[in-house]
Amino acid sequence: MITLGKDEIAKYPFLADAGQYLKDKGFTLQQFGKDPDLKLSVEKALNRVQVSADGKIYKSDLIDGEASKDYVLEREVFSFLLAIVLLKLTGMSTLIKRFSLAEARRAEKYLERDLANITDESKKELAVRIIDDLFSIQIKKLDDYFIIPISNYLTHSINFHEREWKLINRHVENGFVFLTPHETVRLIRKELGNYINSKIINAKTPSMIPGFEEPVAKLVSLSKKFVTHSVTTGEYPPCIKHAIEILEKGENLPHSGRFMLATFLLSRNQTVQQIAPLFKNAPDYNEKVTLYQLNHLAGTSGSGTQYSCPSCEKLKTQNLCFPVPECNTIFNPLQFGKKERK
Amino acid sequence: MNEKEIKFLEESFKKYYFDHFDLIHVPERTSEREFGYQKFNSGMARHISLKDDKELHLLLMQNIPSDVYCSNAYYSFPNLSMKEKDWKEADLIFDIDAKDLHLDCRKNHCITKCNECSQISKVTDVCQKCKSTKLETKSLPCNNCIEASKNEVIKLQNILVEDLGIEKNNIHVYFSGNEGFHVYVYNSQFQEVGSRERSELVDYIMFKGAIPETFGMKKIKPNRASFPNFEDKGWKGRFAKEIFGSKSKRSKVISELISVGYSNFQKNLETLSGKIGAQIDPNVTMDIHRIFRLPGSLNSKSGLTKIFCKDLKTFDPYSDSSFLDENSVEIKANCPVEFKLRKKKFGPFYDEQITVPTYAAAYMICKNLATIY
Ligand SMILES: [Zn+2]
Ligand SMILES: [Zn+2]
Repeated sequence: MITLGKDEIAKYPFLADAGQYLKDKGFTLQQFGKDPDLKLSVEKALNRVQVSADGKIYKSDLIDGEASKDYVLEREVFSFLLAIVLLKLTGMSTLIKRFSLAEARRAEKYLERDLANITDESKKELAVRIIDDLFSIQIKKLDDYFIIPISNYLTHSINFHEREWKLINRHVENGFVFLTPHETVRLIRKELGNYINSKIINAKTPSMIPGFEEPVAKLVSLSKKFVTHSVTTGEYPPCIKHAIEILEKGENLPHSGRFMLATFLLSRNQTVQQIAPLFKNAPDYNEKVTLYQLNHLAGTSGSGTQYSCPSCEKLKTQNLCFPVPECNTIFNPLQFGKKERK
Repeated sequence: MNEKEIKFLEESFKKYYFDHFDLIHVPERTSEREFGYQKFNSGMARHISLKDDKELHLLLMQNIPSDVYCSNAYYSFPNLSMKEKDWKEADLIFDIDAKDLHLDCRKNHCITKCNECSQISKVTDVCQKCKSTKLETKSLPCNNCIEASKNEVIKLQNILVEDLGIEKNNIHVYFSGNEGFHVYVYNSQFQEVGSRERSELVDYIMFKGAIPETFGMKKIKPNRASFPNFEDKGWKGRFAKEIFGSKSKRSKVISELISVGYSNFQKNLETLSGKIGAQIDPNVTMDIHRIFRLPGSLNSKSGLTKIFCKDLKTFDPYSDSSFLDENSVEIKANCPVEFKLRKKKFGPFYDEQITVPTYAAAYMICKNLATIY
């Protein structure tokens, strides 16, 4: 991975290894909950999340072009790392998504400035390396432009609808597309957001830290604004509800859990197309693979046999069972809520 | 087609396959390709995998297919169903067909055959004999069609080399065996790109979706200096050459363009697409799961061979792709258009009983314009 200087890590804090950074600075999360000076960083972190939830970009204390004071840089990184801790404790995927997008937009500005920097070659090189390391796009400087292989360009540009991004409206020469620093960075906006998002999703959720309760509570109530209504209709058994919740939070549901959920919904006559969107929040979501797997389970492809929902007993061994009293009389989730057979 | 004709074509095709194994080879990375074939008057067999030339030749001799196909895509399991094949990559491929060029000459060499009463006539909308509208059109392409198609191939090659950075020796041009050319691009940066990306390449090559701003025109206060120059690379340069005609006219033409305004400029761009864009079949390039006629195999629409064009300029499809034998055959021909094969003229024939070499007989029978006598 890339080694970063102090001011660089403040600009691109998502490149830092969160736990290691705090350790290196000699701090623990518990101290941030107690120490009145450090608590300022928690407030900054809360603000950073709140601003992003509003769809705005957090205004940092960094002053471009001037060497900021060390403690300013440090606080900047802390507030980012603590924001992630708060988000993990809150556990709402919508807040994480909004935060990731806002942070991506913020980093975009720095990337653009670094790419365009003609006085400091190392700044430009760092930006070029970040783009290569994170998104495997090899950009090269050529006169006033950055050039990128056409095939690389296309995989990103096809997601844009504006006609100016069509290849025909680009300067194309000898297998490369010519872009300005602004356009180069704009091209990877979505991926940058996804990168930050997945980094947060994959971070471990700590247990509650004394002193963090209040900001977390604020974020929980803030997130209520964004709760989307899902396909959860009708009375589902608790194991199924639990699995849907996990997916909605954008957390990882083990393969056995996905199998249970898909086979259950298929048996309830939901279609593959209705079920697939449930998995959209999963950190490793891939539409093609998901549809393929669902079709396989539904028996519409491959062997042609439809798989059935596993028994309660099996689910217990897989730690997927969260029984309620009503579960006592059934041996398969499909029987949940149905009258007992005579 | 009836039994007698099928028997004749099968015998001729079999002899060709037996005598010309040297022309028919499996492509590189054979085991990753999907093969398919069709027999006369029967459906398509797909999802076949082959190991080598030997297996291919065996398939040809055992089945005597009317047409043989091979994927431009590479799969982990080419013989499994589409969903299970596991697509890896695909060569970039283009189809240029004379029938898509809307040339004026076509009315002179297209024939319609009535599906109700079998009446054959020059191009028409209704059968002159029974007034049926169930007609099928057959074309016997002329030199003009071939020259125009070659011209599109050259336009395409230029864009591939200059703009897309493809090395010339990675571009292979084949005559399709009927009315056009297939252009294959190997080992390019586009091997692994999907259908949507390929569709963008198609628009680029066909000059579609261009906006006035790209060529210097703005809605408000266009700046003369931002219009393209003759020396510009890519579409800007091609645009300049087409629109200005000569360097000295640039200034005058720019004044005209500015005075007629933005929306007229947009219309101009759309018209230009038909002139400077390469006329390729967009669906063919976008489809990453298709199977294509195998080079060296016969085209059952003509009895001609799909063949590699070493030198496009001098390539003459109607002698360089005709490989069926010369043995005489007696046929009844109803072919009101003259055609040329191996530098020999045939026809027109008006419901006549004639004796012609096998290759000419097969050509007419494939087009449903003759029967075995
Ligand atoms: Zn008729
Ligand atoms: Zn013609």
